Amino acid sequence: MKQSENPKFLGSEELLGWDEVNQGILLNSFVGEVENAAFLKQEERAYAETNSYTASVADWRVIKPVFNRDYCIDCQFCWVFCPDTAIIARDKKMLGIDYDHCKGCQICVEVCPTNPKSLLMFGEYASIEDSLEEWPEKKSEEE
Amino acid sequence: MAEKMDIQKTEVWDGNFAAAHALRQAQVDVVAAYPITPSTPIVEGYAQFLADGYVDGEFVMVESEHAAMSGCVGAAASGGRVATATSSQGFALMAEVLYQASGMRLPIILTVVNRALASPLNVRGDHSDMYLGRDSGWIQMDAFNAQEAYDLTLMAFKIGEDKAVRLPVMVHQDGFITSHTAQNINPMTDDDAYAFIGKYEPVNEMLDFSKPVTYGAQTEEDWHFEHKAKQHKAIIDSRPVIDKVFEDFEKKTGRKYSRVESYMMEDADVAIVALGTSVETARLVAKDLRENGGIKAGVVAPRVFRPFPFDNIRDIFANVKAIACLDRSSPGGALGALYNEVVGAMYTSDNKPLVTNYIYGLGGRDLTLDAIKKIYTELQENANSGKHSGKIQQFVGVRGPQLEFFD
Repeated sequence: MKQSENPKFLGSEELLGWDEVNQGILLNSFVGEVENAAFLKQEERAYAETNSYTASVADWRVIKPVFNRDYCIDCQFCWVFCPDTAIIARDKKMLGIDYDHCKGCQICVEVCPTNPKSLLMFGEYASIEDSLEEWPEKKSEEE
Repeated sequence: MAEKMDIQKTEVWDGNFAAAHALRQAQVDVVAAYPITPSTPIVEGYAQFLADGYVDGEFVMVESEHAAMSGCVGAAASGGRVATATSSQGFALMAEVLYQASGMRLPIILTVVNRALASPLNVRGDHSDMYLGRDSGWIQMDAFNAQEAYDLTLMAFKIGEDKAVRLPVMVHQDGFITSHTAQNINPMTDDDAYAFIGKYEPVNEMLDFSKPVTYGAQTEEDWHFEHKAKQHKAIIDSRPVIDKVFEDFEKKTGRKYSRVESYMMEDADVAIVALGTSVETARLVAKDLRENGGIKAGVVAPRVFRPFPFDNIRDIFANVKAIACLDRSSPGGALGALYNEVVGAMYTSDNKPLVTNYIYGLGGRDLTLDAIKKIYTELQENANSGKHSGKIQQFVGVRGPQLEFFD
């Protein structure tokens, strides 16, 4: 087995020959058997390398959401609406964004109800610190 | 539990009803189907058996053949024994999903009642639909009569579901001539038939929640080739499994099957290669010509069209002087498929017989005894003179001036 020169795409960490690939192009979610996987946190699950959880699709994104803890009310709207389960929340507390899987669709920003918003879009290469410093003020009711 | 059916030693069934009984005896879990002439009575029969309590399963009525095969793919990936039936236009509409089924290595059984493809629209039997499936990665077996339609449908489950194979299988029969003609059939009892096939053993089934699995992945130039190569090897390697199932079946029933059926080929000078009901007609003529015509005639018929019996064909024709390959499908600007396959095999042989391609029977046009006799006579002329007496490709039984191509 050769190591891939470009291990960026799903399951390609090792480029297998025709005799080594599995039958029927199946993608296993986990290594071995699992029990009650739905009740485990993502980091506790034994994801297989064929599971998209282990692959980064960050390069699909041109703008990114930045999370500002100062204004967040942990309403979980972003967590519910994110189409790629890229909002990391634990015990109903918003922790941040999974930038390996976020595609920059900005639905989380759209649904965020706080004033100012706790999630805003910035350029992919903007630093988190700079972004937080540029955060807008609370809008008054007249505006 | 499903009720058992009281089966007589000899039943009078047509090819469709024979195939329906085979699906019942296999206790197929899911049939997703859309009706089309002339294969409708197969799935109709299964549905009736299900409604009457003779099979434990599900019948899914869908909106098209594309959906029918898609339903079969889903049910098979979930871990069930799955089958359906189709013909002609329905087969064509299924074509996309046929490739999905074989790529995902799902041993679905498709009983195909061969019928011409439009246009012009036609419900009669020819082999256009069967030929359409020949690169789809399915094992294709061909029945020449109703008894064989029953036998091969039963054996298809055992072949396709074998852990070393795990490929979908088509069982073909000719529209109307086989599918709608009642013949004496000697079926197995329900218990014997089910014991022969065995309980379905799922592989990587989606309903195993301890091992979640994704079916239907996308692969580009970095992975696609490896998967298709593995799939091709699987169908080529299914040959010994097919042989073994044929052998086991003979032990149970006394009915012998081979991947290539040869008739009077031991000392034959000239031979016809054909598929479907024409095989039995050609056998009648070959026998008659041997007895009354002084021609050492034989008949060769690929029972298993895919994987194509390349090496067996070569062996059978080791000493033959002239061959006629009869293709019942309009080849659309080429030589017929059987011609190409047989010539491909013989090109690697020390023996180089003269091979002629006859296009016949399109849209259900009868192939008469006289027409076959004429073909054998021309073959004998070729054998005697050592060269083609007519053109390489000829149309038989079509009205109008002689239609033929290539010297």
